[in-house]
Amino acid sequence: MSGQEKEFEKKSTEGKELEQEEKKQTESRSERFPNVPSSSEQSTAEEHKPETRLSIANQESSSNSTDQQQTSINPKKETTPPSGELKQENKEVLPKGPQAAITGKGKPSATPRPRPAAKPVKEEKPLPPSPEQPTLDRYVQLIREQVHEEAVEQGFVNRVNNHLPTLIIQSKWWLAVAELFKKHPDLAFDYVQNYSGVDYETHMEVVIHLYSFTHEKRVCFRIKTDREEARVPSVVHLWHAANWNEREIYDLLGIHFENHPDLKRILLPDHWVGHPLRKDYVPLDKEV
Amino acid sequence: MLRTEEMLLNVGPQHPSTHGVLRLVVKIDGEIIQDAEPVIGYLHRGTEKLAEDLNYTQIIPYTDRMDYLSAMTNNYAICHATETLMELEIPERAEFLRVIVMELNRVASHLVWLGTYLLDIGAMSPFLYCFRDREQILNLFNELCGARLTYNYMRVGGVKWDAPPGWLDKVKEFVKYMRNQMPEYHGLISGNEIFIQRTRGIGIVTQEMAISYGLSGANLRCTGVKWDLRKNQPYSIYDRFDFDVPVGKTGDLYDKYHCRMQEIIESLKIVEQAVEGFPEGGSTMAKVPRVLRVPEGEVYVGIESPRGELGCHIVSKGKDKPWRLKFRRPSFYNLQILPALLKGQNIANLVAILGGIDIVLGEVDC
Repeated sequence: MSGQEKEFEKKSTEGKELEQEEKKQTESRSERFPNVPSSSEQSTAEEHKPETRLSIANQESSSNSTDQQQTSINPKKETTPPSGELKQENKEVLPKGPQAAITGKGKPSATPRPRPAAKPVKEEKPLPPSPEQPTLDRYVQLIREQVHEEAVEQGFVNRVNNHLPTLIIQSKWWLAVAELFKKHPDLAFDYVQNYSGVDYETHMEVVIHLYSFTHEKRVCFRIKTDREEARVPSVVHLWHAANWNEREIYDLLGIHFENHPDLKRILLPDHWVGHPLRKDYVPLDKEV
Repeated sequence: MLRTEEMLLNVGPQHPSTHGVLRLVVKIDGEIIQDAEPVIGYLHRGTEKLAEDLNYTQIIPYTDRMDYLSAMTNNYAICHATETLMELEIPERAEFLRVIVMELNRVASHLVWLGTYLLDIGAMSPFLYCFRDREQILNLFNELCGARLTYNYMRVGGVKWDAPPGWLDKVKEFVKYMRNQMPEYHGLISGNEIFIQRTRGIGIVTQEMAISYGLSGANLRCTGVKWDLRKNQPYSIYDRFDFDVPVGKTGDLYDKYHCRMQEIIESLKIVEQAVEGFPEGGSTMAKVPRVLRVPEGEVYVGIESPRGELGCHIVSKGKDKPWRLKFRRPSFYNLQILPALLKGQNIANLVAILGGIDIVLGEVDC
């Protein structure tokens, strides 16, 4: 019974989030006339993740606060939530439409309290070491020994993605690392599962997911490169599959692959200007 | 010895046997292909760019239009990737429905391939048989979600529609019916002298080549590599079903044909088991917020589409829209090997080899 209540509670808070979202959008729409796209403002407001978390927590803790508060929101709410007494008083004065109708039960103030407390606890819980941690350590060690001490910028296990060992590498070391991972008998990554690029606005990254049929292992490399002069060595001579993929990344993101046998646009026509997947790309016709 | 000279031959983009808008620039000497260069991009719609301005639910109908012969697996790829990043648990009933529709879609897709492939190399009648049987699957889908090709059926957290009453019985009936049809197909095609002449020993792919080019699906399995993501990197509830992964030996066109025919049987097996074990009652949607905010992170998941490994790579910054969405389209990878296969072949084998790869241009160009 209580579980169900909680679910309802959750739904109603979500509904509020949605309302807020809409308000935010309408606000930003009204500001849209100046040439600066409003979405970017919004994104800067939401840029810092911990803050958004906090604000979400705040929203949840004040889930049974008044309509007044709801209407007078500004999107970035860092004011302290009203005290419990106030809440309850207000509650009696202004019964909240949707929530009361949904829950039907008389004690909504008791239910939301444990929720904000429960969330941070979940995050602080120390996770058990990943089963792929030794594999990752070995990769890092091999690269340090055979390529360069500083070749690996960062290595971690992507737990969500089925414990995928992920290595971030500077583009100047990538060719040597790729050759090592293709040719070393203990690694022998012979199959390209995925090859893509990401524009992070501060820098560009080429992401490659490799698989080894001999050892049945997966690995992900993220090769960092400068944004203005994006250059990454080509690996077509190691994996044939890289050929069209590098052309596609060049076409859409403008990352130049050094020593690629035939680097030209593949999806877009040759006379196209710009690289559409770059975040600063301005489409010719915004309506489309 | 006749004197021959090189010439450039343009095939497509409007050509019935390029299965869409693929253009091939072929350099031939007499009847022998010296070089071939695929020109793609005629169907590029910028799905990945569009996705950056859409929320996760809005992207799903766009995936329908990538591989339009098996939209269910496309739907699943994006939903599965999002769910992985959100660490969602999917209700049992939804998982069963997903598996049933994905496997039926695989059968439908292979039937289209079979029909058009034989049409390419000169056999008219199998096309009619294949489309007759595929129609039954499309009718089943139509009843389930109201669309014949672009289903938009799955959602992050489950499926949109529950099975209507009596639908599962119809699926069961179809499985029985399709099984009985298989001997007809084999009788019509497998032993046909012309078909064997056109396919056996043609377009051979070696294992090393297949792996280096990143081939997947029947294109990889026909070379003898037992690689099926449903088995090797299990997703959904495929680990609960008993099925085989058919592999070939030589990697020629006949093996590809054989692999796909076997896959139809295996898919029917899975559908049958899923209908048998279909859970009574239960929800078809997990509890998901109305505004999907996917936690910050990166994920790549691959699933086995009828054409091979269909992957979805999402980079999320914690918003309701993806920062970057990338599809690993099997047809794009598989088509890359075409120039290597065509070199030195007779011009008549061009359509046979191209058809054997089984490409969908909507997916190649994305």
